[in-house]
Amino acid sequence: MTHDNNWEVVIGLEVHVQLLTRSKIFSGASTAYGAAPNTQACAVDLGMPGVLPVLNAEAVNMAIRLGLATDAQIAPRSVFARKHYFYPDLPKGYQISQYELPVVSQGRLEITLEDGTAKTIGITRAHLEEDAGKSMHEDFANASGIDLNRASTPLLEVVSEPDMRSAKEAVAYLKKLHALVCYLEICDGNMQEGSFRCDANVSVRRRGETKFGTRTETKNLNSFRYVEKAINYEIERQIDLIESGGTVVQETRLFNVDTGETRTMRSKEEANDYRYFPDPDLLPLVIEPAQIEAVRKQMPELPDAKRDRFVAEYGLTAYDADVLTATRELANYFEELVKELGGKEAKLAANWVMGDLSGFLNKANLDITQSPVSAKALAGLLSRILDNTISGKIAKEVFEAMFAGEATGDKAADSLIESKGLKQITDTGALEKAIDQVLAANPKQLEQYRAGKDALLGFFVGQVMKATGGKANPAEVNRLLAAKLKG
Amino acid sequence: MSLQPDQVRTVARLARLALREEDVPAYSRKLSSILDMVEQLNAAQTAGVTPLAHPLDVVQRLRPDEVTEGDQRDRFQSIAPQVENGLYLVPKVIE
Amino acid sequence: MHNQSLKQLAASLRERKFSSRELTQHYLDRIAKLDPKASGGINSFITVCESQALAQADAADARLAKGDAAPLLGIPLAQKDIFCTQGVKTSCGSKMLDNFIAPYDATAVQKLNAAGMPMLGKTNMDEFAMGSSNETSFYGPVKNPWDHGRVPGGSSGGSAAAVTAGLAPVATGTDTGGSIRQPAALCGISGIKPTYGRVSRYGMIAFASSLDQGGVFARSAEDCALVLQAMAGFDTRDSTSLDVPVPDYAADLGQSLKGQRIGLPKEYFADGLDPGVRAAIEEAVKVYESLGAQIREISLPNTQLAVPTYYVVAPAEASSNLARFDGVRYGHRCDSPKDLMDLYTRSRGEGFGSEVQRRIMVGTYVLSAGYYDAYYLKAQQVRRLIADDFKKAFDSVDLILGPTTTTPAFGLGEKFDDPVAMYLNDIYTISANLAGLPGMSIPAGFVGGLPVGLQLLGNHFQEAKLLAAAHQYQQATDWHIRRPEGY
Repeated sequence: MTHDNNWEVVIGLEVHVQLLTRSKIFSGASTAYGAAPNTQACAVDLGMPGVLPVLNAEAVNMAIRLGLATDAQIAPRSVFARKHYFYPDLPKGYQISQYELPVVSQGRLEITLEDGTAKTIGITRAHLEEDAGKSMHEDFANASGIDLNRASTPLLEVVSEPDMRSAKEAVAYLKKLHALVCYLEICDGNMQEGSFRCDANVSVRRRGETKFGTRTETKNLNSFRYVEKAINYEIERQIDLIESGGTVVQETRLFNVDTGETRTMRSKEEANDYRYFPDPDLLPLVIEPAQIEAVRKQMPELPDAKRDRFVAEYGLTAYDADVLTATRELANYFEELVKELGGKEAKLAANWVMGDLSGFLNKANLDITQSPVSAKALAGLLSRILDNTISGKIAKEVFEAMFAGEATGDKAADSLIESKGLKQITDTGALEKAIDQVLAANPKQLEQYRAGKDALLGFFVGQVMKATGGKANPAEVNRLLAAKLKG
Repeated sequence: MSLQPDQVRTVARLARLALREEDVPAYSRKLSSILDMVEQLNAAQTAGVTPLAHPLDVVQRLRPDEVTEGDQRDRFQSIAPQVENGLYLVPKVIE
Repeated sequence: MHNQSLKQLAASLRERKFSSRELTQHYLDRIAKLDPKASGGINSFITVCESQALAQADAADARLAKGDAAPLLGIPLAQKDIFCTQGVKTSCGSKMLDNFIAPYDATAVQKLNAAGMPMLGKTNMDEFAMGSSNETSFYGPVKNPWDHGRVPGGSSGGSAAAVTAGLAPVATGTDTGGSIRQPAALCGISGIKPTYGRVSRYGMIAFASSLDQGGVFARSAEDCALVLQAMAGFDTRDSTSLDVPVPDYAADLGQSLKGQRIGLPKEYFADGLDPGVRAAIEEAVKVYESLGAQIREISLPNTQLAVPTYYVVAPAEASSNLARFDGVRYGHRCDSPKDLMDLYTRSRGEGFGSEVQRRIMVGTYVLSAGYYDAYYLKAQQVRRLIADDFKKAFDSVDLILGPTTTTPAFGLGEKFDDPVAMYLNDIYTISANLAGLPGMSIPAGFVGGLPVGLQLLGNHFQEAKLLAAAHQYQQATDWHIRRPEGY
């Protein structure tokens, strides 16, 4: 950053979490992604005359889950309101949202900063609302095309307090929230498809100033990288602007993925007057304590609890447990692997998952759910290290072949070890024969060793391993060599 | 309470209604008379009164999360002003 | 045929005195003769569904031949053009929907279709139900069959006029501030608006969602009871629909009035009430007394605030409900829009008439930033005061009785240019909508050859009591049998 340290950055995030319901929030149309345009937009989604919304029970349960997971208040009574604006992808001319009385409020989320310290980010509120459709601007010369399949898909908008002080903190919060909604199984977390999108409110102020600066809102950031880039761009832009005597205008901005810059959103230039009022087609949403308790009973284990359990149950370091619980899928993979290994060998499993497996996945740009090597298959490989069929070094070679798909299935490791002839040689006769050949081929070194140059043991071991193509059991080679060298 | 012609134009724009300029004075006059009549509400003592949004004191019923609506695009788009490739068309939108 | 009660028609159909086809054709012939605007008719229909009605009649005849005992089977009806009817133009009296062929049936339509009632056509109405005279219809005003120079009332003026003129035995209507009761009064027929939530609003094009309620016009309370029975009931597609069992209205008609406490709100007999109307209602009160009812004066102190409250709440909801008419997915679209703003403003400016535009502007204004609390919130508070007046009143009475309107039918054009004078016309009917109460208007005499309407109001869910009280009165009087000359 080119600016001095006299500036303080203030960031709040609004995250739109698309809820994983089968049907829409106010209609019985499917929410499945990727259907042909407007084939999943029913009369209610299209805002046809006379149609009415009815609230999806599962969307409410999912909001309760998030509330419980963030230690938030779950409103015993919340109200749906209409937010009015005209836009072609908003069929009714209003969005059904929650305004004065949201379903969830006053939650919090703890993030870990780069220096390892913890920071609590406040969650102001989380409210249920319906998504809009999509406008396609590229397909037609002088027209935009409107696809309303996404209209009325349930969203939970999670609004943070302006508690973050850098783009890195914002990303840490966002990643934490992302992991949480995936853990809770209320969102598929797919950012490319827009299931988890972020608007960033950014302002700057001189250190010591207690009033917030004027903020801008940058819309629809759909990757962690873009969030960081867009926020940093906004920080620079705002500081430059103020330092050169200008003032920041409160406005909505768009992030340009290609240039890494933000710009004023033209369609939002006119000041909004949303004319909120309680939706008369919907009644107050009342959530009884019994319903909250029922949801609480179905809550999956949350990331922080899982991390603590990994330390206690598997004897992992806090760091390893943190890495392995970053996503529910990774944690599940690890636990399945340990289970396949008979519940022991957690350290070996952790090293492989965090080491070779993660390395290969990163290189191939795959996530754990797309791993070509299943937890069962990896367990099959690690078992062969544990029973001395192969060495750790050979195992890496086998793993690479498994990852490349040279063999598949749970028994992939065994078939590769077999077909490549990588089985460790433990047969005493065969090893003795190899040792004898090595000793015979190196009479000079044998003489020196026997004269007292003990350091040559390593040389002989190396020669034997080389002669056996690395397949000899090192411990056995050591034992047999020691005996033979004594003469 | 009177609604001046400029306010009429502003409200009409917010409501996306194209008014003919020659109709603005009449709208101004009639809307003002309606708002005047509405002013009577100011006489009511409403301190501490909970607003009534709905005539009956009932709560929202919830719908099971089931897909009940199939694809009816052709039927719905048969009455649309302009469609192409299954999309509704509007003049180009600049974001 | 067209002077028979529904019971008589049903009996005749069962006895094969005539078929449903013959009956339906009889009404279609009367419509062709007496309705067309071009030939000086009353203009009560926007669309006549000749071939469809006859096909439905044939289906009913087939069911009758099999001995199907459905009580309304084969008796035709007319639908207010606010109810969506699949495959049939549903205009809501507006140019905006002049090209709108509804792709689905309203729940109320579905139910009446299932009851085996052929639909003769769709009746004229004030545009989007906004009006008390039927003069705001895009399809031109409806004439009152008693005097072609006068209005039939509104907004359901077409339905009221059609039943009065014997162009349909019954017709549906909707009532947001009196739109069933006021035209029933001005046309001298019976009309009932049930408790809010009794008849599903699904597919009924919304004017003001928290006030709108579907109901029935017929020539007697007994006929109203039979049709309401078929129309009412819980609907999962309407969140505001009541999951409360519908009583057997016809069976309850015999309920005696002995000991029933009937309240006369003194505010409904104050200045502004036409002396002729007052005299007619006072006569009716005597009839009720003679039938054993206990009459007492009550007070509804906030009556004067009902009209101003309504003209905040209803336009606010209407401005929101009508935002969906934007020329994108259905309805009127202006020629060659130059940009999005042009598409919206011209499509809406051309598609909506001036009364609708006025109400949209009032509604937009009262919901806009800075005015919401002073208007909308204040009105919702006064709305509670009005509802509480009724709550208190129903502690001491079973029914409330008074005039439906201040005057009999006024002249066409008389109040058209003075919206406030027009609005004050609904002073006695509006409160029931604000409080969600059931209300009914029945004929109770004449002033200068024009019918006078008597209004009965009941507590929530007490339609049966209203219908019985109206029926008892109609057993003792013959106002409801009087027909205008020439019909």
